[in-house]
Amino acid sequence: MDIGLIHYLTVAAALFTIGVFGIFVNRKNVIIILMSIELILLAVNINFVAFSTYLNDISGQIMAMFVLTVAAAEAAVGLAILVTFFRNRGDIAVDDASVMKG
Amino acid sequence: MLQGIAFYLLAATAVVSGLLVVTARNPVHSVLWLILAFFSAAGLFVLLGAEFLAMLLVVVYVGAVAVLFLFVVMMLDVDFLKLREGYAKYLPIGGVVAAVLLAEMIVVSSAVIQGGATAGLTGPGAPDPDMSNVEAIGRVLYTDYIYFFQAAGIVLLIAMIGAITLTLRHKPHIKRQNIADQVNRSAAKAMEIKSVQTGQGVTPEELL
Repeated sequence: MDIGLIHYLTVAAALFTIGVFGIFVNRKNVIIILMSIELILLAVNINFVAFSTYLNDISGQIMAMFVLTVAAAEAAVGLAILVTFFRNRGDIAVDDASVMKG
Repeated sequence: MLQGIAFYLLAATAVVSGLLVVTARNPVHSVLWLILAFFSAAGLFVLLGAEFLAMLLVVVYVGAVAVLFLFVVMMLDVDFLKLREGYAKYLPIGGVVAAVLLAEMIVVSSAVIQGGATAGLTGPGAPDPDMSNVEAIGRVLYTDYIYFFQAAGIVLLIAMIGAITLTLRHKPHIKRQNIADQVNRSAAKAMEIKSVQTGQGVTPEELL
């Protein structure tokens, strides 16, 4: 049961895949899409931290912190847009929001 | 041995709860599974020796982002069952894309590790082994990455301003305090002396 870098990379790959899968299957529910994006960013963070540990370089953890910052900002703005959208239309079905489609 | 058990436990919890996030029928349950996934990932970070990021993950994600999600999900009055239409329709294509992604990532990372790309490599920012994780991060973050750190602060500030501007709404029929008006008001503007004839009184129209 020797845990190496590959184990952490596999977990990160699985979480990333689940996130992409979630975006595909929950096309109408924008809240689940936002949560899937959070999962994807979490997978990226696991990769950063795993490589940081196994390459013995602290920079990876700094980058993971910045990813965390951007993810938090993205969640806040995304949910604010969602709340405004719900106020204007009374629904959050994203496939109806195609006014700006070219 | 114990590290292996802890890893597999946390990894399995993270992956299973991640899967439940995207498959749960009720979005409130999704958010709760998301919290569990983040918590397990924080455990993985502790196993990797990144205690500071683990605590950051718990405080920022479980404490702030997940609660924000929970708040929005519970506040919006939406028929979530209607939003699940098309779930089965997109299942095959989503599954295919997910399987291809997973296979690619596992092949690439196995190949990189088989090639020994990470064996004995020591990066330029190798932390002193005597230092704690927090100290090592602090030493690098406030020196080499100070501009990135400031930029991260600006990103958060802009996100805060954006979120407030997007959701702030002035209702037209509600009286609000206008401090400038109050300060500008003087006795000359506020009062008027009427000379009223004795015995006649004043009609409301005259007062205005």
